[in-house]
Amino acid sequence: MDFTLKEWVQLAGQKPLSEAAWMAQAEESGSHRDEVWKRMLSMLRHMQEAVKDGLRAELHSVSGLAGGQADKLYMRYTAGKALCGNLVGKAIAYALATAESNACMGKIVAAPTAGACGILPGAVLAYMEERNVSEEVAVNALFTAAAVGISIATQASIAGAEGGCQAECGAAAAMTAAALVEMEGGSAQMCVEAAAFAIMNLLGLVCDPVAGLVEVPCVYRNVGASGIAFTAADMVLSGIRCPIDPDEVIQAMKEVGDALPGALRETGEGGCAACPCMVMAYKA
Amino acid sequence: MDLFDIIGPVMIGPSSSHTAGAARIGLTARMILGEDVIKADVGFHGSFAKTWKGHGTDRAIASGLLGFGVDDPRMREALVYAQRASMDISFHTVSIRGAHPNTVLLNISGTTGRTLNMQAASIGGGNIHVTSLDGLPVDFTGTENTMIIQHHDEPGVIAVVTSCLAGARINIATMQVYRHKQGGTAVMILELDAVPGPDTLHIIRQEPGVKSVHFLHRRLV
Repeated sequence: MDFTLKEWVQLAGQKPLSEAAWMAQAEESGSHRDEVWKRMLSMLRHMQEAVKDGLRAELHSVSGLAGGQADKLYMRYTAGKALCGNLVGKAIAYALATAESNACMGKIVAAPTAGACGILPGAVLAYMEERNVSEEVAVNALFTAAAVGISIATQASIAGAEGGCQAECGAAAAMTAAALVEMEGGSAQMCVEAAAFAIMNLLGLVCDPVAGLVEVPCVYRNVGASGIAFTAADMVLSGIRCPIDPDEVIQAMKEVGDALPGALRETGEGGCAACPCMVMAYKA
Repeated sequence: MDLFDIIGPVMIGPSSSHTAGAARIGLTARMILGEDVIKADVGFHGSFAKTWKGHGTDRAIASGLLGFGVDDPRMREALVYAQRASMDISFHTVSIRGAHPNTVLLNISGTTGRTLNMQAASIGGGNIHVTSLDGLPVDFTGTENTMIIQHHDEPGVIAVVTSCLAGARINIATMQVYRHKQGGTAVMILELDAVPGPDTLHIIRQEPGVKSVHFLHRRLV
């Protein structure tokens, strides 16, 4: 199932990318298509639970570095004050909630990793609620996201220790951009171009966790990457074409990841982790 | 790798590489050992060596060795559970030339005195790659149904295994064979398209050249 983005588009033909992914999964696993669909639905349900858990204001991680902040973003959304508007305002609150639940050892769905677990569910669940679409639309969007994720995982990496944060939040933003385009009725080609735009805008993002923990800046990067996913989707939906072949963008991501020094690949030695105030307070 | 390796696993935070992947490594080692673990010596390499404490990677490995699933909330308190189960577990850092940044070296022993030395890497998204068993280089991920056979390097052992699987109409997807030296100990790793029944495993275990047979059910680890 290690398809490139180009292969996924060919496989989809005139159909949505989600359908190609769904069928490929059923064939690969030898499971009935309904079973595969139900399994993805259960992922959506777990995502809803994680958002609920993360929105609790009293939530705190063991280190005390993260937790309880998503509630603030959510209040701003409910007050109708979010500068990003209701859809993105809610999506970023949900993204932070999920990421904070993860930091506090909550139960989450890796998408594609735990460190980047807020971006996709935040956008898909907020879209589902704000645009009043069915669960079916949301589940299909997860299939599309997964197809994009597998292309990135097999051609580059989804581990921060290998490729930096571009491999985690970057991959998640790409998956989310594709999911949003699909929910808006975009073609498979449009989905993969949105994914490429998202990666392009997060290329080189380093993995620099303070004290080596998946807390700062990780949970806040889930918010930023969510924004990137929406802007990437909007570009493609407006008719802008990605000037670079999407698979070549993934290959660029791999090369950039390989070029990152060890200090910026999850070791907690560079970037935000090396800021003196953080080093003093939280020695890795 | 399939779509649910990307959207999934459902797991306990905070890090798919450090908790889900590490728990899966522990669980895989326990299944290959084939019995309860009473002693475990855990070496962390690379990025793991630097950040295992803050991520709770120690708890994740212990959780897997105890047989808990990757989404079992008991992972948080796995060291307490290990103590309760009288599992003697210790952690330290190691340096392994050329190894993946998230590598674990496990030396474990079980209730009947069986031992296992396993090296594995957590390669992202909770997925793992086992790279060495009892000092022999191997290469498998546990994402397929995997049969691990430790045996003597002697003529006919491979034929017995493959004909036994053929008799059970089980197709072999991939097969790897490694040995220390001619006539020495060896290991066979077979990825299978179906799950062998207890009878099939029993017949293979009866083969004189075979020392042990373990089966990792796809997605149970």
